[in-house]
Amino acid sequence: MTIFDLTVPAQSPSILQVVWLILVAVLWIGFFVLEGFDFGVSMLVPFLGGKSDQSRRVVLNTIGPHWDGNEVWLLTAGGATFAAFSGWYATLFSGLYLPLFLVLVGLILRGVAMEYRSKNESQKWRFTWDWLNAIGAFLPALVFGVGFANFLKGLPVNSETTNTFGVNVPLYSGTFFGLFMPFCLIGGLLFVSLFLTHGAHFVSLKTSGEVHNRAGSLAVKLGIVAIVLLAVFVLWGNIAYSLPGQLGWLRIAAWAAGILAIVALGFGWFMNTKGHDGLAFIGSGASILLLLVMFFAHFYPGLGFNNAVNKGPVSLDITTAASSPLTLKLMTIFAAIMVPIVLAYVIWSYWVFKRRLNVTNIPSLEVTTAA
Amino acid sequence: MSPDTIARWQFGITTVYHFLFVPLTIALSVLTAVLQTIWVRSGNDAYLRLTKFFGKLFLINFAMGVVTGIVQEFQFGMNWSEYSRFVGDIFGAPLALEALIAFFLESTFLGMWIFGWDRLSKGVHLLTIWLGAAGTFISSIFIIAANAWMQNPVGAVYNGGRAELDNFVALLTNPVFLTQWPHTIAASFVTAGAFMAAIAFYRLIKTNKDNPEKTSDLDAYRKGLKLGAWVLIVAGLAVIVTGDFLGKTMVETQPTKMAAAEGLDSVDDNWDATKAPFTFLPGVELFPGFLNWLYGTDYIQTIPELEAQYAESGFLQWDSNTSQAVPGNALQLTVNQDYRDYQFDPDLTKVTDLKDEIIPSVPVSFWSFRLMICIGCLAVLGGILLLLVTAKGKIPAPKPIWTAIAVVLPFLPLLANSFGWIFTEMGRQPWIVNGVLPTAAAVSPTVSTFSVILSMVLYTAIYAAGAVVEVSLLLKYIKLGLPDDVNVSVKSEGEELSFAY
Repeated sequence: MTIFDLTVPAQSPSILQVVWLILVAVLWIGFFVLEGFDFGVSMLVPFLGGKSDQSRRVVLNTIGPHWDGNEVWLLTAGGATFAAFSGWYATLFSGLYLPLFLVLVGLILRGVAMEYRSKNESQKWRFTWDWLNAIGAFLPALVFGVGFANFLKGLPVNSETTNTFGVNVPLYSGTFFGLFMPFCLIGGLLFVSLFLTHGAHFVSLKTSGEVHNRAGSLAVKLGIVAIVLLAVFVLWGNIAYSLPGQLGWLRIAAWAAGILAIVALGFGWFMNTKGHDGLAFIGSGASILLLLVMFFAHFYPGLGFNNAVNKGPVSLDITTAASSPLTLKLMTIFAAIMVPIVLAYVIWSYWVFKRRLNVTNIPSLEVTTAA
Repeated sequence: MSPDTIARWQFGITTVYHFLFVPLTIALSVLTAVLQTIWVRSGNDAYLRLTKFFGKLFLINFAMGVVTGIVQEFQFGMNWSEYSRFVGDIFGAPLALEALIAFFLESTFLGMWIFGWDRLSKGVHLLTIWLGAAGTFISSIFIIAANAWMQNPVGAVYNGGRAELDNFVALLTNPVFLTQWPHTIAASFVTAGAFMAAIAFYRLIKTNKDNPEKTSDLDAYRKGLKLGAWVLIVAGLAVIVTGDFLGKTMVETQPTKMAAAEGLDSVDDNWDATKAPFTFLPGVELFPGFLNWLYGTDYIQTIPELEAQYAESGFLQWDSNTSQAVPGNALQLTVNQDYRDYQFDPDLTKVTDLKDEIIPSVPVSFWSFRLMICIGCLAVLGGILLLLVTAKGKIPAPKPIWTAIAVVLPFLPLLANSFGWIFTEMGRQPWIVNGVLPTAAAVSPTVSTFSVILSMVLYTAIYAAGAVVEVSLLLKYIKLGLPDDVNVSVKSEGEELSFAY
């Protein structure tokens, strides 16, 4: 059919290809563990703050210095995927066009709401932005949940299209509405409830007074919902969707990570009821981390695409989507130098703003607007 | 409209919009850091008040730059999947490094700067704004290196349907990068200088009229005006010098772009390529030999010549020293030797019309090039004017003309920057990777026209609303003027924060 078919059959991956899949996983984990709680905080502002602007600002300012940095994990995950697995980036981002568009709309709303909400005295202005902020966090949380559940199932792909140079390229072959199967909707609700719980734990850890108490008691209710959804999702995902070609020990890893994610969330929930804010936060954070480990155990070797339903000569997997050995080598060197430095100053920034906030810390309107 | 046309419109709208905020972020972060440094070293509170005043305006602008920037990184994969697949091995690395090295630095340290006035010592706090500013600079290095590669794809080889990295150092020593980056940075300082000078000028006149007794305010605004105007003028000269180098580079690497920019689609019978005149406006040709001098080459190629040359030999670069067309870099050479005919074969590919249209739109290139230069020069003249009318302690009486100048001046560099990018990107057509990958072949095959139109309409609506909010907030804080409260100290628990959302 084509005269320039240079595609290679699926082969065993190089060490650097595996390293980069792990690094991409680490970046997504960083994103969801960190942005997870600040998505949660954004969604909780109207509920924990209620009608009091001062209380809302206490909640919002717990993530004030951090949310923008947390979002960079997503950009880095996207950039690293582009650099290390350009085939994955190309097929995934074009295939899931509308869901990603929703994520972007959410992130735009949220970023603008953060920076602009306190720059006007009007309560109507502020509360409107708070709702846009909450929606702007809810949309990405929901879409990422639905998306990752779809990756776990395995997205359909085919490679009958040739590019300008006559080479077959794997493309997403599903539909937009095909993304909303029941399992995937549960994934969406799971992400939302998990981030809400994680966010409530964070507010509880970072505030004192009335806001702290409200966050703690809300986390008890949210946590129960999240635990139930997580248990259903872990069982359903691991029983129903084991990708063909997946290695035996990866199945064990997926099961172990999933079960431990439930345990960690249960631990966090229990610690919250006992008033141990720090341990509660660590519990929900660990649960998100382990859930992502479970996801990525399912993403090998197909990167969230199901080549069993693939039509066409090229599969989309860790070897065919990967960049050249030289690019991977260079990127590994940069990552080895930069990641520890980044982690060091990010941790330092959390240390600088370690104090709990209270309504007495929130400056009055005049100071905010003039300074 | 074809899918690639709509995708191009979307890229044009979102990118031009994004770049309204970027130059201010790059250069105003530095100017704010300079103001704060002067305050820390001199203890003069005028500079602290200026730091807070312009720092606030900087942050309002920064927010829009950040949120519109996220769209940029995702857009390559969403709208241009086959571009991403083809170039990812090379183009993806700078994007990843930009996020890893620049965005973390920028976001973490600007967050610490905003919220850290009462948590960090003066010296450490000053360091945070400098590190944030460094982040914006590093970011510009990576993204311009990536764009320069699209203009001149060096350091790459063709392998198995895509471009692969061959030499990383070549990416950072790309002659287009080495001229385009300083040009962009200089233009950013023109933008920030004009912004600062015009706002300080407006406030100076206004305060002198309403509260002439506030001499410390007048003094501070005058300082801001001087700093802004001088930055504008000096950076303006740097833009001209770097632009000259960039033009000379592009004549060599992108002959069709510069031929279109100079409107050389048809020449009269007495055309002498060794004494080429400059077409100031259509039909107004001046100074025979000016183009040769401007671009540093003895022979100026016209569009008919370039078209014939492409039909005969494929994509070629130009060597100004020997005045000869020469083969392009390794990637261009391979593609033109092995795949050029294939790209035109209607049975095998959708790219069928390239052969007739290897020249970018002449009117767009010609006019965007001239508008960029003229509007940029006008901004520099504006800076000189503001210095002249406020020289020797003078403050002009309030008149509508001064308000008009203060309002128009900040927008001039924004317009010039936009025309610059429109020229750079439109002038590269029909290529997305110059001489290698046609733009029409780079678009995502699976994305429906409906999806792109829907997202384009919504982006435009959201961006328009964002622009209204941003401008209204900027105006609000410009009207509020310098903050009175300049008390900066490390605070203990229970005290009010010096800044909170």
